[in-house]
This record gives sequence, structure tokens and C-alpha cells, in this order.
Amino acid sequence: MEKAVQQMPKKNLLSSQIDLSKFEKATEEEKRQQDVMSESTTFFKDGMKRLMKNPLAVGSMIFLILVILVIIFAPMIVPYDYASINTVNGVRDKGAKNMKPFEYSEMELEYMAQGGTVFPHIMGTDEQCRDYFMRVVYGTRVSLSVGLVASVMVLIIGLLYGSISGYFGGKVDLVMMRIVDIIYSLPDLLMVILLSVVLQATLGTALEGTILARLGSNLIALFVVYALLYWVGMARLVRGQILTIKNNDYVLAAKATGAKSGRIIKKHIIPNCISVIFISTALQVPSAIFTESYLSFLGLGVANPMPSLGSLANYARGGLNSYPYKLLFPAVVIILIVLSFNLLGDGLRDAFDPKLKK
Amino acid sequence: MYRYVIKRVLLAILTVFIVSAITFFSMNAIPGGPFSSEKAPSAEVKAALEARYNLDKPVPEQFVIYMGNFLRGDLGVSLKTGRNISTVIGESFPISARLGGAAAAIATLVGLVLGSVAALKRNSILDRIIIFFTTLATAAPSFVLGTILLYVFCIKLGWAPVWSPDSPHYVLPVIALSMYPMAYITRLTKTSMLDALGQDYVRTANAKGVSGMKVIFKHALRNAVIPVITYVGPMTAYILTGSLVVESIFTIGGLGSKFVDSITNRDYTLIMGTTIFLAVLMVTVNLITDLVYKVIDPRIKLD
Repeated sequence: MEKAVQQMPKKNLLSSQIDLSKFEKATEEEKRQQDVMSESTTFFKDGMKRLMKNPLAVGSMIFLILVILVIIFAPMIVPYDYASINTVNGVRDKGAKNMKPFEYSEMELEYMAQGGTVFPHIMGTDEQCRDYFMRVVYGTRVSLSVGLVASVMVLIIGLLYGSISGYFGGKVDLVMMRIVDIIYSLPDLLMVILLSVVLQATLGTALEGTILARLGSNLIALFVVYALLYWVGMARLVRGQILTIKNNDYVLAAKATGAKSGRIIKKHIIPNCISVIFISTALQVPSAIFTESYLSFLGLGVANPMPSLGSLANYARGGLNSYPYKLLFPAVVIILIVLSFNLLGDGLRDAFDPKLKK
Repeated sequence: MYRYVIKRVLLAILTVFIVSAITFFSMNAIPGGPFSSEKAPSAEVKAALEARYNLDKPVPEQFVIYMGNFLRGDLGVSLKTGRNISTVIGESFPISARLGGAAAAIATLVGLVLGSVAALKRNSILDRIIIFFTTLATAAPSFVLGTILLYVFCIKLGWAPVWSPDSPHYVLPVIALSMYPMAYITRLTKTSMLDALGQDYVRTANAKGVSGMKVIFKHALRNAVIPVITYVGPMTAYILTGSLVVESIFTIGGLGSKFVDSITNRDYTLIMGTTIFLAVLMVTVNLITDLVYKVIDPRIKLD
């Protein structure tokens, strides 16, 4: 630069040429200010960063992970079974009826006096001398898996149906959407109750001896009903998304270069609407848990002795006066799980789809 | 307009027909007829009974007969009690209607007020309390809430007597039933109120010196109510199905607990009758709200 200044011809008074001697060289530090500070980020990373800044969503996520860890590992640690009567040293303990949390039965106290160790009943026992904590753990397992499986089913059916309808449009779309309209206008919970009653009566014998019998006809009925009725909301959402995306220029460009329908759906349309669909699936989980607990409460849920949170709450009504904590535990678990899924779903929506933000 | 109304009415009728058909044929798919129960009448008596109730005819024909009777308001007789189902519904529905109506009214009123307050006092402590409370309320199933209310106020504190037909006590069941829709309406109102408050017409009204109250009621709230109207249909469905469990928790002898009893007793004709009745009710409410919605807001296009 110094050299360049010297090489410059003497400046004419009226010249508009810039005077290099008036400039200073940037120091290394000043140069670094021009560097791009933030690293390039993907859509997913960006969304996760926003999600992590939402304390409610993070708290919900931590709570749900904790719940999942408990329902996976508690049966390995706690030596009781959800379905059978407590045993002390191999002997059936018929005195362990309706115990309060952390209470021990006479047999257990005797055994402990002899030097044996008894695992405490964290939530007491029920009227059939079963450890209530294990029943709540298994109930949570059932309720959570029902919620997840039902949501995934809704996702798959709705995604397929909605994308076919939205992508092909025209007459196909018209007919498919009329069907959706009709199913949508059915009173869903009434239909769920009705179909559960019917499927239980008809499936009960047909399932005997198969692996599905362990799940119970009620649970199968619930899944069937979900698969039949609840996908319509998802199908509508997917169709709406696809209708907007398919009019974009990049889809036209793909078509012009000879891409087939399958490829356009897979490569262009699905990646562009995946976040909306994912969020709505997350919000489907609590609604499925609600439905299951509602049906279990009516006595149409999972088959005995398998517990679910709804059926536990239902059984607890019987001894409500004497053993209110039996209602409290499953009720609190349902409320917290549903709350966490709701908050997490809201957080995901805010983080990944700012357009949807309410 | 007329074309739209006719289209919607036809769709509603079709829905009721489909619900009836699903109900009828699925109930017939259950093995074992109504007279093959424990009492086991002689073959002649059974044949006479089946002829009496048209059960000897093929199922599709039975369906036609059933629908014909349904249109005349006759839903058959209960399998367990032998009572006329239309009478059972006629007796128990007014109780449920009172319960559900009160719950819907309270949910809407309180929801609108809380939602508006939350929107007007945005980010204040009041707003936060309301939103916290409604978030919690949307996570509590009505049967859990009902049972807890029953335990705390009826059993422990003894503030409210247990329900009986002579001294109907609606407060607790109405609270249990209205909590979820109220929370939902609050959130809905807050969102749409915030939206309305940001609109140009509100700014104009403020600028030309209209008083604060008038702006809120005449310009903002009137527009904010419109999305709430769309929720009336789902709310009716929620309250109707919610009343099934709430009524049986509080031992209220309304239609809901009759329906739950019919499920536990496997009283198939009563299940069928109640389902169809409730379906007609829901479809009608949905139809009316949809039509009202389009009438109230002329900006919405009919299609």
C-alpha cells in the first residue's frame, strides 16, 4: 500500500480521484470482524436450537424421557408382578390387601424380622394384593404405547390417503375427499364405543390362541377403530399441504425433467411438509391416550388383568372413600403425560413451523 | 346460499343414515340374538317373539323396518328391561340436556371473558395465570376431574350432596363437564382477540376517539367471537360424550349413564337407539352452527 501511494501521480487540485494516503490498513483484528460468525445451519438444527430455548418444551421432554426410562427399567428392578398376588419368600401374601404407600404386611414384617429384605410398595397395594406401583407402571406402558401406535397408524394412513388425493387432484381428489367428509362428520367417540362393543363381541373368540389374544380384543378393537376413523384429520392436513406445495416451480421443474410421480412425492413434496405432519402426529398422541383412557374408564379398554391408566382410575372409584391415593396416582400420571405431550407439541410447532404459531 | 343449505342438509341426512346403518349392521354382527340369553325360552315362544320383533326376516329387511320405525320415533324395546327405548330416552334426555346445556353455556361465557381478559392484559400476571390454568385444564380428562371433584366436595368436605332425582345438584357435574371446553374457548378467544385487536378497523376506531370499552365490545370482540362459533359443534360432541362418564360418576340418571349401563349390560338395542339418537343430535348441532357461521360472517364464501 505504501508503494501504491508513492506510485500515484501528483494529485490535480480538481481531480476526483481518491487519495490513498488518507486510508489506513485494516489490522488483523479488524479483518476478523468481517468473518461470518455463525456456522451454516440446517433446518433441523435451527429448529432444535429454538426448541431448546423453550423451557416448557424442554421440561416436558425431560419428563417424558424419565417416564419412558421408568416404565422400561422399573419392572427389572421392582420384584413384583402387575398381574399376580404378592409373594413373600415364595408364599402368597393374602394379608397385603389395600396397603398404604410404603406400608408392609404382617408377613412381610415377619420376614424382615427374620433378616429378609422386602422391596417397599411405593404406591401401596390394591384390593387383590398386587403391588400398585407396578400396576401404574404397566398402565403407563399400555397407555403410552396405545397413544404412540395409534398416532403412527393415523400418520401412515393419513399420509398415504392425503398425498394420493392431493397429488392426483381432479376426480380422484373429489371422490376421496367426499369419503373423508362423511367419515369426518361421524360422531367419532360414539362410533368408537359402538365399534369397540361389537369388535369385542366378535373378535373375542376369533383371536384365541394367537399372539394378539394377549393384547386383548379391546385393545385390537381400539386400534381398528383408530385406523378406521381418526386418520381423516391427518389426510385433510396432508392434502392441504400438498396442494400448496405442488404448485411450486421446483415441482414443475422436476416434472419437466421427466421425474415420475413417486419421485416427486418422495423427493419434493414430503420433505417440504414433513414438519407440519410430524407436529400434528405429536399432538395426536395425547388425544389417543385420552380416548384409550376414556374407553378403559367405560370398561371397554384393555382386558383384565392388564391395567391401563384409565382402567386403574375406574377401579379406584370403588374404594374412593378409603383409598383416594389409588385414584390420585393414575390420574396424576395421565394429566402429566398429556400435559407434556401438549406442551412439547406446541414447542415443536413454534420451533419448526413459525407460520403455524398462534 | 340455498344450494349450500340444501347440500349441507343432504350431507347431514346421509351422515345419520350411515351412522344408523353402521350401528344396525354391526349390532347384528354380534353373535347371539336377543332371545338366546340365559332364560332360554322354548322354541315356540322364541319363534313367536322373533316374529313379533321381525327378527325372523333377513337383516337388510329388518334394517328397512327399523329405519321406518325410527322415522316414526319408535326405536324398539330394551333387551334387558323390555321398556320402550323412545320412552327411556324421553325420560332421561331432559336431565342430560339440562346438564349439557348448563356446561356449554358456562364454558362459552367464562371462556369468552377469560380469553378476552388474557388478550387485553397480554403478558400480565393475570394472563399468565389464565393460560397456566387453561393449559392444565386441557390435560385433565373429564372422568378424572369428575372423580376428584366428587371425592373432595361430596365425600371429604360434604359441601355438595350426592346427586338424587329429588334434589338434583348440578354444580359439580357441570364444572367437571365444562372445564375442558372452557379452557379451549379461552385459548381460542385469546388468539382471535389478539388478532382482532391488531386489525386496521380497531386502530381506526381508536384513532377516531371511540371509547375503549366500545372498541373492545363492538369492534374487537364481535369479530373475535366468530372462530369460537366453529367450536360449538366439537364442543357439543365433547359434552355429549363427556356426559357419559360424568353422569355415571355422579350417578345422574340421564341419557349418558343409561348409555354406559347399556354397554355394561350389553343391551344392544338400547346401545343402538342411544347411538342413533345422539348422532342425530350432533349432526343437527353441527349443521346449525355451520349455517349460522356463514350467516354471521358475510366475508366467508359459500361453496
